[in-house]
Amino acid sequence: MVHLSTGDRVLLTVIYALLLILGFAAFYPFWNATVISFNEGLDTVKGGITFWPRTFTLENYRIVFEDSRLVNAFVISVLRTAAGTFCGMLATAIFAYGMTRRELIGRKYYMVFCIVTMYFSGGLIPSFLLIRELGMFDTFWVMIVPGLISVWDMIIFRTFFLGLPAGLEESAKVDGSSNWGVLFRIVLPLSGPVIATLSLFTAVYHWNDWFTPSIYISNADLLPIQTKLQQILNSNIMSEQMAQLGSAAQGRLNKMRTVTTKSLSMATMMVATLPILCVYPFVQKYFVKGVLVGSLKE
Amino acid sequence: MALIETRIAQANEKKPSGFVRFIRQWDIQLMVLPGLLFLLVFSYIPMYGVLMAFQDYSLFKGFFASSWVGFKHFEMFFRAPEFWSVMRNTVVISLLKLAVGFPAPILLALMLNEIRSRVFKRTIQTISYLPHFLSWVIVSGLVSSLLSTENGSLNMLLQSMNLIDEPIHFLSLPEYFWSILVATDVWKEIGFSSIVYLAAIAGVDPHLHEAAAVDGASRLRQMFSITLPAIMPVVVVFFILAIGNLLNAGFENILLLASNPVLRDVSDVLDTYVYRIGIQNSRYSYATAAGLFKAIISVGLLVVANRIARRSGNSLW
Repeated sequence: MVHLSTGDRVLLTVIYALLLILGFAAFYPFWNATVISFNEGLDTVKGGITFWPRTFTLENYRIVFEDSRLVNAFVISVLRTAAGTFCGMLATAIFAYGMTRRELIGRKYYMVFCIVTMYFSGGLIPSFLLIRELGMFDTFWVMIVPGLISVWDMIIFRTFFLGLPAGLEESAKVDGSSNWGVLFRIVLPLSGPVIATLSLFTAVYHWNDWFTPSIYISNADLLPIQTKLQQILNSNIMSEQMAQLGSAAQGRLNKMRTVTTKSLSMATMMVATLPILCVYPFVQKYFVKGVLVGSLKE
Repeated sequence: MALIETRIAQANEKKPSGFVRFIRQWDIQLMVLPGLLFLLVFSYIPMYGVLMAFQDYSLFKGFFASSWVGFKHFEMFFRAPEFWSVMRNTVVISLLKLAVGFPAPILLALMLNEIRSRVFKRTIQTISYLPHFLSWVIVSGLVSSLLSTENGSLNMLLQSMNLIDEPIHFLSLPEYFWSILVATDVWKEIGFSSIVYLAAIAGVDPHLHEAAAVDGASRLRQMFSITLPAIMPVVVVFFILAIGNLLNAGFENILLLASNPVLRDVSDVLDTYVYRIGIQNSRYSYATAAGLFKAIISVGLLVVANRIARRSGNSLW
């Protein structure tokens, strides 16, 4: 490992170059969108915006934050992520702890009952009709309840709980703790890493999921930001296509303001991504671990 | 509940004192039974509901009063004019994604492994994980901005290099759609999928590399003759899983990027077809039949892939 041959040096140069290109490709689309969101909309139309804003402005963000519908959607997203993650983790952890107990009657059958759901599912339409029958259309809870328990997470929790030293639980029992007491006072406080990892993935799922609300919720006040954004982007594409057809009205309308649909949607996209962007680099340690735990199960 | 109760009854038969013990351990059962009930409602009822593929399901009559029609909807689906294009798109898009998207993270992991500078490695890793955490909505927004005819970066680049005179409307031209789909998919997942392979590489015995270096093997040679064979079991397991997911050609990605109906001929896959026919056109039984068709093929693929893998000594079960 001390000195490199010419061949190795060439190889390393190629690898460095490829990784730099890859890093650039991974980052550029996101960076460009950020730049456009900080650039004056009418100026962006002139073209040439790549790495740095030409006419810096906060106008796009001002309009996004003044739009009460968008702010409302953002709040819904926050509520959904918080409630979905908290309730999901709690329900799954309780379930998983019960499944670790050796004396649980029917444990083997219960496990089979769970694992079957990992391989087979009813698919989109039967689930859709079930939610409809349950009267959950157009409720906030349709985004929380159907995903409350994930068998996958339950198994990861269970594996972790089984790895905890058994003596702790026994000594707590001797001291008169009930099973529920052991779970909440001993087991959960010791499960920080696994809770952090699974919470991260669950929270990302809830924050990013736009599809569930798009089919179950028609009340515009209940839509989270991702679904709202999808509707906005979709109507943008439409309007771009209309502009292609030669309708000049669209262009004339845009000239009256300094913002454009594009600059606005880029700003909305940034707002919808910001929470994730703030969190993910700092919890890398956890999710790398989480992926490994998940893959070990396989 | 009936299922659970029969299970409990089965458990009881084995141990005569079972029922008493069951009552005594009510607090533990209380932890588990709500979860099982949940799975019964949200997983097992829809599984049973799949039978509506053999019905003429009507919202007003409900599941139990709707009439049974056998394989009518399957026959209709197989004879539908769009059947072959849907099947072709599903298979082609899936295979393209497998061919490009499966080896890409392995290559990335192999390359990252050669980097000795921790800072550089760390930075590239962190950046490459970013797209995984963006929602498909954001990704589709980024893609349509990048490929836009109105000052999209790609068109600007191609024009400044004088490769094209007029901006290309990438997202309205069917010939580009599959490439865009595969590229976005690889872009989103390459970094995150490489985590597992990097971990596997970290477990490779360094003595192997030292011995190879003494024998005069170049780094490139070591990469393909030592590292890659050493992580092969992991690669095989993930390959089997990828085969099982083969027909999930990328539902959200396609749904969001192919909003232009011009693209339907190349973009419609089984999942989007089920969504469009079932949710948007409310033809529930027909869409369920199409979905069931897909599920059966998927299970078949998984079994076949596992059988092949077992022959090579690495299987899933």
